[in-house]
Amino acid sequence: MHEIYNLVTGPLAWLAWGIFIVGSIYRLAIMYILAKKKDAPSLAYMSWGFSLRSIINWLIPFNALGWRRNPLMTVATFAFHICLVVAPIFLLAHVALWDQFFGITYPVLDEKVTDIMTMIVVAACLIFAARRIFQKEVRYVSGFQDWLILVIAVLPFATGLLAYYQLGNYQVMIVLHILSGEIMLAAIPFTRLSHMLFSVFTRSYMGSEFGGVRRVKDW
Amino acid sequence: MLHPASSWDWQPGERVVLDSTGCPAPHEWQEEPYVAPDGETFGAAVRLEDGLFTMCVNGVPWEASFDKLWHPRFGPDGRLIAIVQQDGEWTLAVNGEVWPETYAFMWTPLFSLDGAVIATAIQQDGRYGLCVDGTPWDTLYENANEFSLSRDGQASAAVVQTQSLAAADIAAFQRGVFSVAVNGQVWDKTFVNAWTPTFDAAGQRVAAQVRLSLYDYSIAVDGELWKQNYACVWEPRFNPASGAVVAPVRIAGSWGLAQDGQIIWEPVFAQCWQQDFSRDGKTIGAIVATGYGKFTVAVNAKPWSATFPVVTDLVLSADGKRAAALANEYNANWRVVVDGQAWNGLFDMAWKPVFSPDGLHVAAKVEKRNRQTVLLDGKPYKRDFEQVWEPSFSPDGAKVLIRARDGGKYLRIVAQATDF
Amino acid sequence: MGIKDRLIEDVGLREGVKRLTEDKIEQVVQTVLKGETGARLAAYSEICMRCGLCSEACHFYLSHDGDPSYSPVGKVQQTMAVLLKKKGRVSPDFIYGMAQIAYTECNLCRRCVHFCPVGIDTGYIMSTVRRICHKLGVTPQYIQDTAHSHSATFNQMWVKEDEWTDSLQWQEDEAREEFPGLRIPLDKEGADIYYSVIAPEPKFRTQLIYQAAAIMNAAGADWTMPSEPGWDNSDMCMFTGDFEMMGRLKRKHFESAQKLKVKRIVMGECGHAFRSVYDMGNRWVAWKMYPVPVIHSIEFFWELMKQGKIKLAKKYPGPVTVHDPCNVVRGRGHHEKLRELVRFLVDGPIIETASNREHNICCTAGGGVINCGPPFKNVRLDGSKAKAEELRATGVKTIVAPCHNCHGGLEDTVHRYKLDMHIKFLGDIIYECMEKPS
Repeated sequence: MHEIYNLVTGPLAWLAWGIFIVGSIYRLAIMYILAKKKDAPSLAYMSWGFSLRSIINWLIPFNALGWRRNPLMTVATFAFHICLVVAPIFLLAHVALWDQFFGITYPVLDEKVTDIMTMIVVAACLIFAARRIFQKEVRYVSGFQDWLILVIAVLPFATGLLAYYQLGNYQVMIVLHILSGEIMLAAIPFTRLSHMLFSVFTRSYMGSEFGGVRRVKDW
Repeated sequence: MLHPASSWDWQPGERVVLDSTGCPAPHEWQEEPYVAPDGETFGAAVRLEDGLFTMCVNGVPWEASFDKLWHPRFGPDGRLIAIVQQDGEWTLAVNGEVWPETYAFMWTPLFSLDGAVIATAIQQDGRYGLCVDGTPWDTLYENANEFSLSRDGQASAAVVQTQSLAAADIAAFQRGVFSVAVNGQVWDKTFVNAWTPTFDAAGQRVAAQVRLSLYDYSIAVDGELWKQNYACVWEPRFNPASGAVVAPVRIAGSWGLAQDGQIIWEPVFAQCWQQDFSRDGKTIGAIVATGYGKFTVAVNAKPWSATFPVVTDLVLSADGKRAAALANEYNANWRVVVDGQAWNGLFDMAWKPVFSPDGLHVAAKVEKRNRQTVLLDGKPYKRDFEQVWEPSFSPDGAKVLIRARDGGKYLRIVAQATDF
Repeated sequence: MGIKDRLIEDVGLREGVKRLTEDKIEQVVQTVLKGETGARLAAYSEICMRCGLCSEACHFYLSHDGDPSYSPVGKVQQTMAVLLKKKGRVSPDFIYGMAQIAYTECNLCRRCVHFCPVGIDTGYIMSTVRRICHKLGVTPQYIQDTAHSHSATFNQMWVKEDEWTDSLQWQEDEAREEFPGLRIPLDKEGADIYYSVIAPEPKFRTQLIYQAAAIMNAAGADWTMPSEPGWDNSDMCMFTGDFEMMGRLKRKHFESAQKLKVKRIVMGECGHAFRSVYDMGNRWVAWKMYPVPVIHSIEFFWELMKQGKIKLAKKYPGPVTVHDPCNVVRGRGHHEKLRELVRFLVDGPIIETASNREHNICCTAGGGVINCGPPFKNVRLDGSKAKAEELRATGVKTIVAPCHNCHGGLEDTVHRYKLDMHIKFLGDIIYECMEKPS
């Protein structure tokens, strides 16, 4: 068990972060080259101001028409993404690892807070899953990839919770937790999770077109 | 040429041709004025008090008046034409005399280079074509568009529809019902579309853009296709010296120039059109875009370094050593650009530059804050006017004819370089 | 659930797919995907989370009781997603359904943009599907015929060159009876305004030219209309996917204006043509913006109002509701000018539809859908139920709709859903209410 633990916290962690970082840079670079070559008529309209205008307005809950018309999804989406990003970064146990391996320390969130945030991520995933099953317009367009990334996203948090509450075999759970976190990192550049990389640009482009050319809001 | 520039009055100085541009005959209203190339004649359509129309020329109305009158223009030889209607029939009035032939409709008058021949588009009994000096083509067609007259006026051409199409018959259309008729005789081949038939210098051959299916474009010369097809093409032009046909062609999303089906400018441009030749045919210029939204001029495939949002009105000097064009920012801030350098000054509008016959000087009409003037080699004439017409050079290139309207007067000015 | 259950016979689609094989389809799809699309489509197809939020944006979805096959993502799922997944190797029957979805069940109105958090432009994806259909030769008959007309005559309704000028002179004559001295100046070089229209105006809505001439005359505008081809600003080739012709049309239109040295183009109350001049056609030509500014009638009339050049003898009796045409409102932000103008013209309040301004619901005629003709009329009208309900809820009798296609579409909608409303162009109201010589 100890070797496995060392494997997932050592070489596999390096590998996962490597795939995530190099893969992301690679995907972004390739996409940019493709855009330069094929999408000149789109790039020509990119504007910092209108990009930010669009991003900010979409980051305000219930501001965009789409958010207002889907309150549950709005709450779930915002809570999910905030917790998904914030909880792992400021989790005591994670910060301890940074300290242990690299001597990096920074403030942590209260464990109760990160605990609730983790539960929120899991709950939001359940909502997403329920939508895929019960809402016909979502079911109609859901495929293997959609379920796959949902599982990839929920696993690190679910296993984290189980480990934290020492449900099941802690050793196994912690290994599964680390492994699933690594799978998620490595999957970002190469699955639909890549919306983390690209949606800032698609959002910016839409904002630039609607602000600069069409002179209306895109939210 | 009946009245070449060499025979015009080139005595330097300003002459008031008309003290008053208003027509002295009683009239309800007067329309936009036109002036002859030599600057001696000023004409405008007027609606007389009896409700009929005529042209008032240097203050004297034509004897004849008409139910309707439109498109007054001076030809290159100084004759004034207008399309006129009398008793429901249309014809052309030339210096006040109408052609004996009348038609159900008439439009798009075309002049030969010297102005001696005038052709117009006509419709008679629902059939379409051209008439030349009043005489219609032997064969008229279901429809005709894209009219063209050779330089010497001896040949005329148009795109014609060779058979009727039932309403919304998309299959018949795609089989091809359009072709080019030259002097009324249609080519053997038909096409899905044909556009911009153009004559060679001698008026013997005709080239046109054609679409062979909804997707394949090519160039047809005297009815024979180039061997290559392209994603798109623009207007072909004949090399005035060699007789080769050159057209912009689109390959894999980019534009270049092809000559007789062979690429001569690699397709590297985001746009390429309005190619023009020097007199010896050795220099080719064209308006190109070197990137998205970056327009300029390329001479022998080499683009100018300065680019602009919009470029229009390219002209090469006769010897091909120089090129001039207009640039603007979406119709504002017009500049005259010569040999890649923009002249000083931004204008609300500019008109096609004119080279002197020796190619040493360039003149252009420009407008700023509703006042117009003429620039010579970048410098404005010493005064401006309510309206000027496009300048022309004396045959020796030393003087510029400025035709101008200001303060109710019509002026004819022969300006020298020192006047600018 | 899906397009297979609702196929409609159309000669253009049927004859088109008869000519296809899977090899041919694969080759054409690959040519378009590799040659003409790039990062934009790649990113859209990759990052769409299939969250379904866009569903409620779409009037087709709303009008079909939430049938998911009508949602924006549902339509992508049945078209582009399959092409990408199968690398273009699909059956001719699939192409039939794909074309029907792209041409008749999406108005390219872009309302779904307001619903997609990651900024996917489903209108662009559907346009690309149409582009592929065009390249495959599978387009609905009637809209294809207008595209043919564009290519042969540079106008959308086979108007011949003499018919055009004759119509203008006829309207000028007629209008002169009411407004002595009125002119429709033809080919007037250097005019401030080049007035451009769409071909249905000379063909069967000549009163719109009459009204425009009356308004220009009353405002003392320095204007002109061209006698030669280029006068039609419309662009059905943009909607069939014939982008080469779209570019040719825009070149012709703008060169016609450039040749006349006008300051700007004012266009009649048309929506799609506006999209073509600043958003699509100009781009194919490589002009970043229109080379000659194009002012939509909403903005032009608004300017005249601000300058005090519209003098009203009376106001139009309200209340009214305002229909926001996608291409001039979501496309160009003219909604507030439109309302200011309507408040100036109308005696009474504007009763807004539930979805208004840039969040408007489409008339269901736009994007070339109405131009697909009689075979698809019922599809279109079924799809406009959501719009009809919003209109009914206003309780007013007059809809102001400054767009030809919206006008045509709403007339059908009003009739189908027995709304007892009538539809007015801004020009109708201005003409009716303006001061006229007694």
